[in-house]
Amino acid sequence: MRLYAWAVYAFLYLPIGIIALFSFSAGRSASQMQGFSLQWYGRALNNPFVMEALWTSVRVAFLSAVLATVVGTMAALALTGMRGRTRKVFDLLVQIAVMIPGIVIGIATLIALVSVFDLVNPWLEALTGWKLSLGTGSLVAAHGLFTMSLVVLLVRGRMETLDGALIEASGDLGATPMGTFWQVTFPQILPAILAGFLLAFTFSFDDFIIAFFVAGAETTLPIYVFSSIRRGVTPEINAIGTMVMAASLFMLIVAQLLLRRSQAQARR
Amino acid sequence: MTQSRARALLLTPAALWYAAMLLLPLAVVLIFSFGERSAIGGYAPGFTFEQYANLPARFAAFRNTLTLAPVGTIAALLIAYPLAYFLAVKVSPKWKTMLLVLVIVPFWTSILIRSYAWIFLLGGKGIPALLETVGLDDVRLLNTPFAVLVGIVYGYLPLMVFPIYVALEKLDKRLLEAAADLGTPPWRAFLQITLPLSMPGVLTGSMLVFILLMGEFLIPAILGGGKVFFVGNALVDLFLQSRNWAFGSAVAVALVVIMLITVGIYTRLVKRFGASRDDVGLM
Repeated sequence: MRLYAWAVYAFLYLPIGIIALFSFSAGRSASQMQGFSLQWYGRALNNPFVMEALWTSVRVAFLSAVLATVVGTMAALALTGMRGRTRKVFDLLVQIAVMIPGIVIGIATLIALVSVFDLVNPWLEALTGWKLSLGTGSLVAAHGLFTMSLVVLLVRGRMETLDGALIEASGDLGATPMGTFWQVTFPQILPAILAGFLLAFTFSFDDFIIAFFVAGAETTLPIYVFSSIRRGVTPEINAIGTMVMAASLFMLIVAQLLLRRSQAQARR
Repeated sequence: MTQSRARALLLTPAALWYAAMLLLPLAVVLIFSFGERSAIGGYAPGFTFEQYANLPARFAAFRNTLTLAPVGTIAALLIAYPLAYFLAVKVSPKWKTMLLVLVIVPFWTSILIRSYAWIFLLGGKGIPALLETVGLDDVRLLNTPFAVLVGIVYGYLPLMVFPIYVALEKLDKRLLEAAADLGTPPWRAFLQITLPLSMPGVLTGSMLVFILLMGEFLIPAILGGGKVFFVGNALVDLFLQSRNWAFGSAVAVALVVIMLITVGIYTRLVKRFGASRDDVGLM
């Protein structure tokens, strides 16, 4: 049994380890280890295309995560303790957003936006000389839609475990509802909100399939990596992959620590 | 300001976002699926069932998806169950969290990068080279259904382990002790107690993996080399290469309908086994 577990862990981590190992190769072959060097990291970080794609990915991930966190938290606050039709409709929307395959969301967003743009652009151009196109905006809107649903689930989950007595006590002691929110509720749900932000950022940063459709002329890092793999794997891609995984890992650990803190608070 | 007005204000941005970026796009796909392809690609208005009648043209993609998604789900289940059992029952509490986190971590790192790692392992200088040393020549692994299957199992294993673990963890160990006291052999106790009680986790995990596999694009694109393609790959081709939006929409609608039917059957099963959806918790 123990041996079996070791085998599964090896299966899970061997591919990741191989990429990390090959990324330090000094040779030109992507699938062989030839000496040790950091040159491919240097190459990757000095490649203007990589840096441009990285910047796009970070910008989109940050903006979509901020919007998703704010809007998702607001919705979660309103939905907590709510009954009736509105609640049912929102539960359904969250479920649809999480369940419909990313690829269908991607194509649906693409054709809907392109159709809307075709419709309004002639007017807009005539009036302002400026027109709408796919790019950062559509990436942020599409990523945020999915991650907002994650934030709603996370924050609502935390809200439902809050101790109602604290809020009542705060009211009894004369705090205004706003005062109670900022001084009692908010500090308690903050870890869940931050965890939601980090998960949203990680999702957006790693997403390929939705971005592939709605990026327009922009290139995100996963799109860059995918098209590079199509042309053949290089040690430079291994170095980029290793850095991306390290970054996601870091975000994930921070999110987990925050969630653990939030759960510990809930138990207290 | 009344409470209900405050609620309405808090919900408005989310409602607008869902309307503009979820409901509108899905409606557009549905409408387009009844339309026609315009001469320059894209979409021309119309009302025809022609696109749906054309679906058999992508039969291979649907066949591959509908074989490899269930096979991949079952393979992932068979590999995940013993591990989940080991983590929930055999491991000391001290190591439990650590080992569980180690299962989940790969799931949250880029599936693109994790999948392409298998190009090295399955390619000529990887496992085939190893097999050659034991006398098995000319084994081709990359760009075969097997490669896609390995990629699938590898990619979605964490998602399968987690719900099964949660179900097994909740299992009352006293039931097993009682069974042992009454002289039940361990294998029968497993079949009659452990397995049925872990069914909610098994169903949740299988459904999550199956749903994600139905829309898969990356793994077949990277490890199938154009020979083993899913509906997802057909969709990318139809929307980005041949720009046949009407037909592509019909394919997308068909995919979602097949998924919904499966989910419907699943919910029935879950009700029968009394599973709860919150088992998934936070992945």
